[in-house]
Amino acid sequence: MLIKQISVFLENKSGRLADVLNILGKNDIDLIAISISDTTDFGILRLIVNKPEKAEKVLRESGRTVNSTEVLAIAVEDKPGSLAGALACLASESIGIEYLYAVGKDTRGAVVIVRVDDLDRAIRILADNNVKLLSAEILYKL
Amino acid sequence: MIWNEEAECMSREEMEELQLANLKRVVDYAYNCVPFYRKRFDEIGLRPEHIQNLKDIEKIPFTTKDDLRENYPFNLFACPMKKIIRLHASSGTTGKPVVVGYTRKDLENWTECVARIIVAAGGREDDLAQIVFGYGLFTGGFGLHYGLEKVGITVLPMSSGNSERQLMMMQDFGSTIVVGTPSYVLYLSEVAEEMGLKKENFKLRLGLFGGEGVTTSMKEELEERWGILATQNYGLTEITGPGVSGECIYQDGMHINEDHFYPEIIDPDTGQAKDYGEEGELVLTTLTKEGIPMLRYRTRDITVLTQEPCKCGRTNTRMAKVRGRTDDMLIIKGVNVFPSQIEDVLVGMEGVGPHYQIVVKKKGYMDDVQVMVEFVDRKLVDNFRALKDLEEKVRNKLRSVLQIDVRVKLVEPKTLERFTGKARRVIDLRNKE
Repeated sequence: MLIKQISVFLENKSGRLADVLNILGKNDIDLIAISISDTTDFGILRLIVNKPEKAEKVLRESGRTVNSTEVLAIAVEDKPGSLAGALACLASESIGIEYLYAVGKDTRGAVVIVRVDDLDRAIRILADNNVKLLSAEILYKL
Repeated sequence: MIWNEEAECMSREEMEELQLANLKRVVDYAYNCVPFYRKRFDEIGLRPEHIQNLKDIEKIPFTTKDDLRENYPFNLFACPMKKIIRLHASSGTTGKPVVVGYTRKDLENWTECVARIIVAAGGREDDLAQIVFGYGLFTGGFGLHYGLEKVGITVLPMSSGNSERQLMMMQDFGSTIVVGTPSYVLYLSEVAEEMGLKKENFKLRLGLFGGEGVTTSMKEELEERWGILATQNYGLTEITGPGVSGECIYQDGMHINEDHFYPEIIDPDTGQAKDYGEEGELVLTTLTKEGIPMLRYRTRDITVLTQEPCKCGRTNTRMAKVRGRTDDMLIIKGVNVFPSQIEDVLVGMEGVGPHYQIVVKKKGYMDDVQVMVEFVDRKLVDNFRALKDLEEKVRNKLRSVLQIDVRVKLVEPKTLERFTGKARRVIDLRNKE
């Protein structure tokens, strides 16, 4: 149920993001989800791709500072209040959400990527509450 | 008007006679009261009685900022602490500042010297002077403060910052003189503009600028925006602070208070004395200091000396405005900053590498400094908060050592240029834009 996420450090200069995406494109790596956190000086680019090991390798070889982390992909029903319900069960068990970003939606529902401070417990709690977690294989086919 | 005609207008012969008498006295005093000088003299077999004329000063070894650092904090003081009644400090080349001590007599002399340059620049008893220099360890605030009071000028000791309040008082009180760094006073004019105030709303007529050099374009800008005469003066903490020299209303060089400070110009590479009219590094010897006498202190400031008569009638030697430095010191917002201080901070910090690059720019009229630093732990890349925290930590540490705010920019590991020869870590774009 764990999804590998790639983080890339981006100096705040025009063209940096395009460079990274270009490298991935040339290596035939497909983007599943993308998110940026930024300050005036730097940004962190977070990516879910269909070939995370390869992405990490080619980016590192091109001189980028890259790291990988495990995150969860939660699929909720596409209707008002459903994400709130899924997150409430984490909150009630005092599990903190470090960040979250949306992937989009398809027939299975709406998908969000979540990084939590306690992965194992989060998986258990979500399962107990019948919240659907997507595997990497399914996520990559979205 | 001349504050002390006797001292400022004496003939060259009288001046040299006085300087020689004072030089002999201070050399003897330094040799007998400061072990550092005694050792320096003994090492080369020099004795105080070898100083028989002013030219003999060239036999004395130079004193440098490193000497002050190595004798931190009080080892160059020539008298016991019970005689010292004030301390000031300025940036050293590492985390430790250089410290100077003043006896009561030193403060009197300092005040006298500052009074002279204030009057030379056109300050009068009925003026109201707003000091926007920072007070504190920096010599600018206190130095001008006491000099202004001595002349009989009303002092408004604002210190720096809080610009809107500065302008309110400047307007309400009718300040006629502003004392500060040129860049801050220019910045104040910008704030005034934003507040819808014009120079006609103020009574300012004179600016006494120091702490950093005043470029010709800054001078023009200050005069245009404020409707003032923008004069500059010169000094350094190691010697006394402001009051070493200052411009008169004719602004043809800064008059040196030569009866207190003996100036020489040297070739910075060879240490050889240069003639009047030749550009070189200014070396100063304090002729009357009791707390911390300085013999042949290398200021690292590049200038030219002249003894041509000045229209104002003063006969003392003048120095041109400082043209540069012989070391890598930067003056940022009036504060002296050495790149080595930054290195010192970084080497002692976890999470960042020792490499750095400094970019100094003008943002409006204010100096803007960015320090680029490499973070070392790649794992931080996923952790936005940890990166922000690290950035903040570096910024706080730099602020505590440098006394100014800088922007810290974290860059990726191993991306800053490595230098094999002389490192070029400072990019100063201030006069190039």
